[in-house]
Amino acid sequence: MAESVNDSDAESRISFGDYVVLKRGDVFKSVQVENKKKVIFEKQWFFLDNAVGQLFGTRFEIGAGGSLKLKAAKHSGDSLDSKEAGQDNRHILDDGKSQKLTRDDIETLKEQGLKGQHLYSIVNVFVYFSHLRYDTLAQILTLGNIHAGSKILVFETCAGLVLGSVMERMGGFGSVIQMYPGGGPTRAGMESFGFPSHFHETLHEFPLCKVNALLAGTLDLSEKDADGNRRSESSQETSGVSEERSSEPQSMEVSVDQQEEMRRVERERLREQKAQEKKVKMEEKRKKLASAAALLEGRNADGLVIASRFHPCPVLMGLLKFIAPSRPFVVYCQYREPLIECYTKLREQGGAISLRLTDSWLRHYQVLPNRTHPVLLMSGGGGYLLSGTTVAADSAKTRNQHKSEEHVAKRLKLDEISSA
Amino acid sequence: MSFAEYSEIIQEGDVVIIFLGHESMMPIKVQSGAQTQTRYGAIRHSSDLIGQRFGSKVTCSKGGWVYVLHPTPELWTVNLPHRTQILYTTDIANITLMLELKPGSVVCESGTGSGSLSHSIIRTIAPTGHLHTVEFHAQRAEKAMQEFKEHKVSHLVTVRNQDVCKDGFGITGIADAVFLDIPSPWEAITHAKSAMKRKGGRLCSFSPCIEQVQRTCEALLDHGFEEICTLEVLLRVHDVRAINLPLPDFGPEEGSADTPNTGNTSVICRTATPPREMAGHTGYLTFATKPRD
Repeated sequence: MAESVNDSDAESRISFGDYVVLKRGDVFKSVQVENKKKVIFEKQWFFLDNAVGQLFGTRFEIGAGGSLKLKAAKHSGDSLDSKEAGQDNRHILDDGKSQKLTRDDIETLKEQGLKGQHLYSIVNVFVYFSHLRYDTLAQILTLGNIHAGSKILVFETCAGLVLGSVMERMGGFGSVIQMYPGGGPTRAGMESFGFPSHFHETLHEFPLCKVNALLAGTLDLSEKDADGNRRSESSQETSGVSEERSSEPQSMEVSVDQQEEMRRVERERLREQKAQEKKVKMEEKRKKLASAAALLEGRNADGLVIASRFHPCPVLMGLLKFIAPSRPFVVYCQYREPLIECYTKLREQGGAISLRLTDSWLRHYQVLPNRTHPVLLMSGGGGYLLSGTTVAADSAKTRNQHKSEEHVAKRLKLDEISSA
Repeated sequence: MSFAEYSEIIQEGDVVIIFLGHESMMPIKVQSGAQTQTRYGAIRHSSDLIGQRFGSKVTCSKGGWVYVLHPTPELWTVNLPHRTQILYTTDIANITLMLELKPGSVVCESGTGSGSLSHSIIRTIAPTGHLHTVEFHAQRAEKAMQEFKEHKVSHLVTVRNQDVCKDGFGITGIADAVFLDIPSPWEAITHAKSAMKRKGGRLCSFSPCIEQVQRTCEALLDHGFEEICTLEVLLRVHDVRAINLPLPDFGPEEGSADTPNTGNTSVICRTATPPREMAGHTGYLTFATKPRD
């Protein structure tokens, strides 16, 4: 059946540079559509060029030379070849045909923030890269009350899967601040979500190593900050080079080589250009740091999501300081004991209620006439979650009041005894 | 306050959740001049609530204290007045992810029931999406409409009092996702399909019994749905506590000058024990995809 090319829902079509998900049966692969680039999927080589201009959900066949052809007729999906209850396999012939793969089902899906299709597919792809099972991810997003318009802190080392999922649920409204360890935030997985560009304006990042400075109010956001040393070094570099340059031509005058001179000029130009680009980048970085700091210093974020390989306890205790009261937080850990520590610490410190340590079991079923039964049980391997709600921390005043009341009570008792 | 948007300060007319401790909570509607009785004493709305920050500690008249929380669909699910059996957060979370709900999604749901899932959907699709929910019981439909209004989300939802199996959802060709929690979901598949966008969409059917699931899967297959899958998800809550384990006494060690029974006789361990019985079965979740027309 021909494609009803009725774009009344105004959908966009596949273009070069888009991230798409290839699907055949239950196997998925995320790839970028690039000009004349060979893609391998399910032991087949082909080019995605012919997919450009088509709508998502289109089915293709692989033709000669690895080019994609639109699939003409729709055929019924693969049927589960399982035995019906009571039957046996004595009559099955091995004619070799069931082994050969004659037709490929390649659905090309486009993931877009506003028109999200088949996130399930994307999530499945990432199951292979992350120990974060999708039902655990589902709990994180719901327990964290992730929704449009809020300000969410995320600390994750799941290659951007958690970050992307949070951003998708925010729909481009509100803001997400990604806290990151080390040099810079990793977001490879997030790119695959294919968000429209305005989503990226809601995404901020802030380095963990500056958290204490921010909390203490000593974070330096002036232009000389953040690798200020490096900047003065680079300017030294350029001046050093230009000195070199001015000295070199003199020594070169002996053997006049115009081409060589042109190349030197060109190299110098490139060096200056690079120095300038570096300057611009530094300024951008400083601005980003300042905007993230501005969002954080109010200490009124609406939620916190932690899903990393780091020990969750110090991360949680450190980042909770930025969260407003009466807001949810969710911490994922592959293992239980670190979360038990978090739970205990929070109980001692106060400031959090409704603490729950959970994990989920997921069971798949095969549902067929006379052949219905469970097929897969996933338990324990999905990791654990600690969730809770922040509350106003006990003020020092009330704590002291309590203490002094205690002292008074004791004194009275002694007095009673002495007067008796 | 809104169930779909946070605010900082409690205002008159807000619905707030009072946390009394140890999984004990209750919702109250804030009204100037009103009082709410709790086991710790009375909460005076005008002085204790209005103008206070969400998350604050409130001291009640008898001296005990409580916390005042901002409502969320999750808190609502465990505190709402039951008119029917409801869906709990574990199932709701998976439904939300697998139906790919997000801001802007248009969703159809039947039955509305007590509104547990409805509130969660509304929160997820706000501010640009819409929920079309169908409830065949007139009183429940009315109550649901009332609650959505009180919770400041009525602009995001339309409640229709009709039978989804006979009359459908009241709209066609606009839904990204359809959710069914009715006794005979196979009777609503045709309507579900026509409610969905031409470019396709996702469907979920929740049924407590496997026979219902079988009939539903058959109907889905007949109607050309794909990626049909049925699953069940169960949450295990771990009880975190400190336990005291006594240490054995093997008697004094050979050559040791220590007197017996010195040192520790027990050790405190921090651990988490799973519950003796896991949460019971709630229902089977069947998901499917309607392909492009």
